[in-house]
Amino acid sequence: MTIATDRREPPRVSGGEGDTGHLEELRRDPIALMNRVRSECGDIGIFELADRDVVLMTGASANEFFFRAPEEQLDQAEAYPFMTPIFGEGVVFDASPERRREMLHNQALRDKFMRGHAATISDEVEQMVAGWDDEGEIDLLDWLAELTIYTSSACLVGKRFRRELDKRFAQLYHDLEQGTDAIAYVDPYAPIESFRRRDAARVGLVELVQGIMERRAASTGSDGPGTADGSGTATAEDDRDLLDVLMSITNEDGTPRFLANEVTGMFISMMFAGHHTTSGTAAWTLIELLRHPDIMASVIDELGELYAEGAEVSYQALREMPHMESAIKEALRLHPPLILLLRVAKEDLECDGYAIKAGQMVGASPSVSNRIPEDFPDADSFVPDRYLDPRVEDRANPWTWIPFGAGRHRCVGAAFAMMQLKAIFSVLLLDWEFELAQAPDTYRNDHSKMVVQMQQPCVVRYRRKSARPTTGSSPGAAL
Amino acid sequence: MRVAVDLELCQGHGVCESEAPGVFELAKNHKVTILEGSPGENRRAEVEAAVRFCPTTALRIVEED
Repeated sequence: MTIATDRREPPRVSGGEGDTGHLEELRRDPIALMNRVRSECGDIGIFELADRDVVLMTGASANEFFFRAPEEQLDQAEAYPFMTPIFGEGVVFDASPERRREMLHNQALRDKFMRGHAATISDEVEQMVAGWDDEGEIDLLDWLAELTIYTSSACLVGKRFRRELDKRFAQLYHDLEQGTDAIAYVDPYAPIESFRRRDAARVGLVELVQGIMERRAASTGSDGPGTADGSGTATAEDDRDLLDVLMSITNEDGTPRFLANEVTGMFISMMFAGHHTTSGTAAWTLIELLRHPDIMASVIDELGELYAEGAEVSYQALREMPHMESAIKEALRLHPPLILLLRVAKEDLECDGYAIKAGQMVGASPSVSNRIPEDFPDADSFVPDRYLDPRVEDRANPWTWIPFGAGRHRCVGAAFAMMQLKAIFSVLLLDWEFELAQAPDTYRNDHSKMVVQMQQPCVVRYRRKSARPTTGSSPGAAL
Repeated sequence: MRVAVDLELCQGHGVCESEAPGVFELAKNHKVTILEGSPGENRRAEVEAAVRFCPTTALRIVEED
């Protein structure tokens, strides 16, 4: 346990003279701050977040250390204080790798459920575009945030619950996501407008869920949905969803085990990881395709072949879309939905000759690492071909191509997310044409919150294609 | 050919089990177990699909001559 004498403290980045260190810069322009850490300090450097140091790691070697470290060394649970008021006390932001595998096993993210989810997602997109005129405009943030509330609630909680939601749920959920100001590192309950809206939104969501639970309880009467055979209830057995299951669990004295507040917290946390991430990635994929018409053409050709008349469109086919998949991966590389992943050091550690002290925060940045020019030539350009054979730059750089993180904590929803994005674009790009309604360089992310979202306005125009060359084989039906 | 797994990366998605049943199986701890470490050449296409579609790139084929 002796400390080697040659272990140095990592260099500190310039700036951050105020009381709260680099907090204000992190709230204003986090990517510039993190790029400066790398350019001034190298792979490992420190910035200050209120009264805590953040040891920021970039590059393959330091990232590998970050992503391989076990929970006892780098802990995730304490690193995101801004999530506690959103989920509610007692619902942790992240679980141990063991618990995550269990959740994956039980919670409908497994491969064998994906086929059904593909059809569900396709149906949800069809329902949303059914309300469109032959041409019009949509705001990408509003439209995709609403769509992904429906897809994630349908796939993760169940279709019955999804049918009980409308736009109100999506709007409240958006207020929650906006309540992630980094000021939470000083005080998660600071008296600021976005936190007030966050807390009001959580109350509003609990009320909506409470109403849904009361209607279900009333409609099933004494023969509740918890009965094994389901006969004589208003709920067909195959329509039972997670909310029915949770409502059927009772304490020993017969009272319900979970009240609306806890159920809402669980649903918020289940949907959180897959919501703004998928919504933002769908927006950026569409924007980048519209900025690069030649690549859009190759993607549409690929879809046209896959969904050509007579062709069997299967889950297998959905997986084999190299052009679409590469475009999504490249949107993820350039615009990762999570720009800074954080942990707390639980003990003194060493990485590449630098000392990390217990109590310091440790960070990895997809925004910075995804654009390291040594790993990704022409790093700032949208080049989907970099994922095709033989370059395969995602697999060749497992510790720097990190839109989904890496290693032990890699996003368990990554496969679901890719499938979902492909299913969304299969419907949108086959039947509709899109064009940018703003100057191409006016589409930006809003980095003022820890949850990154598109900055509004982010409007695109749509127009129904005159006719599909195929008849009667919409992807929704064929999935 | 021989199949190898990096258990630190496996998250138990079960893609391999679907692609190449009998070669891979999810164990009680929700991680992959290799049932057939040296599958025959007739299983190559299935095993390659399992490796290719593994969401965490935890699987590899090691060629033996």
